[in-house]
Amino acid sequence: MSLKIKESEVDIVIAALRSDLTAFLEAWRPFFSPFHIIIVKDPDMEEDLKIPPGFDLQLYTKSDMEGVAGATSINFSGHSCRYFGYLVSCRKYIISIDDDCFPAKDSTGVLINNAVAQHLTNLENPATPFFFNTLYDPYREGTDFVRGYPFSLRNGVDCVLSCGLLLNVADYDSPTQAAKPSERNARYVDAVLTVPIGSMMPVSGINIAFNREALGPALLPGLRLPGEGKRRWETMEDIWSGLCAKAVCDHLGVGVKSGLPYVWRNEAADGGSAIESLKREWEGVKLMEEVVPFFQSVQLQKTLVKAEDCVAEIAAMVREKLGPLNPAYAQAAAAMEEWVNLWKALGSQGV
Amino acid sequence: MATGSGVPITPLLKEELDIVIPTIRNLDFLEMWRPFFQPYHLIIVQDGDPTRTIKVPEGFDYELYNRNDINRILGPKASCISFKDSACRCFGYMVSKKKYIYTIDDDCFVAKEPSGKDINALEQHIKNLLSPSTPFFFNTLYDPYREGADFVRGYPFSLREGVTTAVSHGLWLNIPDYDAPTQLVKPRERNTRYVDAVLTIPKGTLFPMCGMNLAFNRELIGPAMYFGLMGDGQPIGRYDDMWAGWCMKVICDHLGLGVKTGLPYIWHSKASNPFVNLKKEYNGIFWQEELIPFFQSANLPKECNTVQKCYIELSKQVKAKLGKVDPYFDKLADAMVMWIEAWDELNPSKEAADAANGPKKEK
Repeated sequence: MSLKIKESEVDIVIAALRSDLTAFLEAWRPFFSPFHIIIVKDPDMEEDLKIPPGFDLQLYTKSDMEGVAGATSINFSGHSCRYFGYLVSCRKYIISIDDDCFPAKDSTGVLINNAVAQHLTNLENPATPFFFNTLYDPYREGTDFVRGYPFSLRNGVDCVLSCGLLLNVADYDSPTQAAKPSERNARYVDAVLTVPIGSMMPVSGINIAFNREALGPALLPGLRLPGEGKRRWETMEDIWSGLCAKAVCDHLGVGVKSGLPYVWRNEAADGGSAIESLKREWEGVKLMEEVVPFFQSVQLQKTLVKAEDCVAEIAAMVREKLGPLNPAYAQAAAAMEEWVNLWKALGSQGV
Repeated sequence: MATGSGVPITPLLKEELDIVIPTIRNLDFLEMWRPFFQPYHLIIVQDGDPTRTIKVPEGFDYELYNRNDINRILGPKASCISFKDSACRCFGYMVSKKKYIYTIDDDCFVAKEPSGKDINALEQHIKNLLSPSTPFFFNTLYDPYREGADFVRGYPFSLREGVTTAVSHGLWLNIPDYDAPTQLVKPRERNTRYVDAVLTIPKGTLFPMCGMNLAFNRELIGPAMYFGLMGDGQPIGRYDDMWAGWCMKVICDHLGLGVKTGLPYIWHSKASNPFVNLKKEYNGIFWQEELIPFFQSANLPKECNTVQKCYIELSKQVKAKLGKVDPYFDKLADAMVMWIEAWDELNPSKEAADAANGPKKEK
């Protein structure tokens, strides 16, 4: 039996990296308006935000972060400011979408999917990480488990993380973007599927939703690239966070889904150069060669049953195994440890 | 070779691929497939009464084997090939001399894309088999080698070459591949959802492999595609492809080969009788609760560096661990060994095989 998420249980968290959110919020208004919204302003941004009226909205800025989080060593600048929103939310579920993404529509202007509703559906219905269903999500209308799927596994487990996708500008790294500057993702794949247990994946933070109560501490600001910039292809913070979250989910026996919903991601308004970004992101691309095998081998103590304890243990493993390889890892471990402390102090009750 | 638009043409592979079709009724369905299948050699495995004549539509190049042929060719080892069950199709894999196999059921027809265009299922399977798989890290944009897609941010570059694809598992529109209990509860459900994706099933993940629309690299994984003891005289049916799929996946994971699922779709026209299916599947529904943990924890030693060695080792583990579930698994373990022996006899080393190959059959 799937649960039904109430609107009052959801926070929509938006990291504002652009000062004028008018077009963004107006486009999302029909979908966002029933919900409470948390907007976190990039602490590096000097201009005031332009926010259209009529939303149930709370805004956090640099001074709020300093007031609430105190003298934390965690760097909330850029895309990482959204984690502050996850921290201070007091609701059970969070949906987070980058501010350069819009409701996905086809070429005639017809809405392809309601991203908010689809994320909630993903979280409401079980995930099936222990055995792959070839017809994808068996709980979707018009489909089911296929022949050969063990009956004992058909109850599924809670889905605590829903990873959506992007139409138009896909989430490529800078080398790929530089090699294929005009490629656009035009393929709508009508599927939601559970990412199997033991299978690691790159979670793009651009379009996600999660159960904050179950998984909250595992979505975290960890790895910061030395030259990290404001463009997504200049960061790996969400990739690190996603690997951490998947390792925690696998340990706790809960599920992660990938696929629908799609959002439409716009070209960079400033026409950002992927080749320029390559100079910054190349470090991150190299680090993945060490990061991925590390997370693939993470084994947590059986006694750990809460996400924050899992994160603390992973942080210790990062410090021990990856720390010696690159200062970025030692910093990530420190950020994760600090994050767990902050979460325990503030996050479990919300602010 | 690329077309003017820069889209590479998929090779036909008509000298390298056999189409294996088990049938007990007729082959009328081939008429619809003619534009796609006619260039290829067919291996028809006729199940049931060998005295019946199965008419093959004009113009196809084929060889046909009935039960008498199977008995004659395999002698005492013929007992490993099922009777009165489409599992007998694996005999076709064994006698083929080609690099690739495509197998399809005789109630599967050409499906259409949402645009209305006919789907060339064989072409898509070939694309799937000729491009790498990515079992070590999940790509959220599915098959990164497809036109218009790529690896996403965060995907390690060292894993972007992928591994060789051994199996391409296609899907079905219209009648979905449900088990009997699901069919009984949802007799009218039809699969109308076209999911435009091919994806690699991650290493360490098992899945239910359906034999209705399946292609594989016979040279790489053929000996693992034994469809077990089913049908007449056996306590189980409709688990042939499942059994092959679990064995195959464990071996592919061990040998570092890839398995894809998704496109292409075919149109599955016949819903078999759910009450008949329930009787066939009954034991399987209970047994699979033991089988899945067995396969999930199956470990093959490093010395198993060929498919045959992996398969023989698996058969020992089946005997040791599943024999206590039911005596059927003892028999099955023996049949697995018999299958490998028969396979090796019919498919000796390459030099001997080249010498043994006669002139090609005329159309």
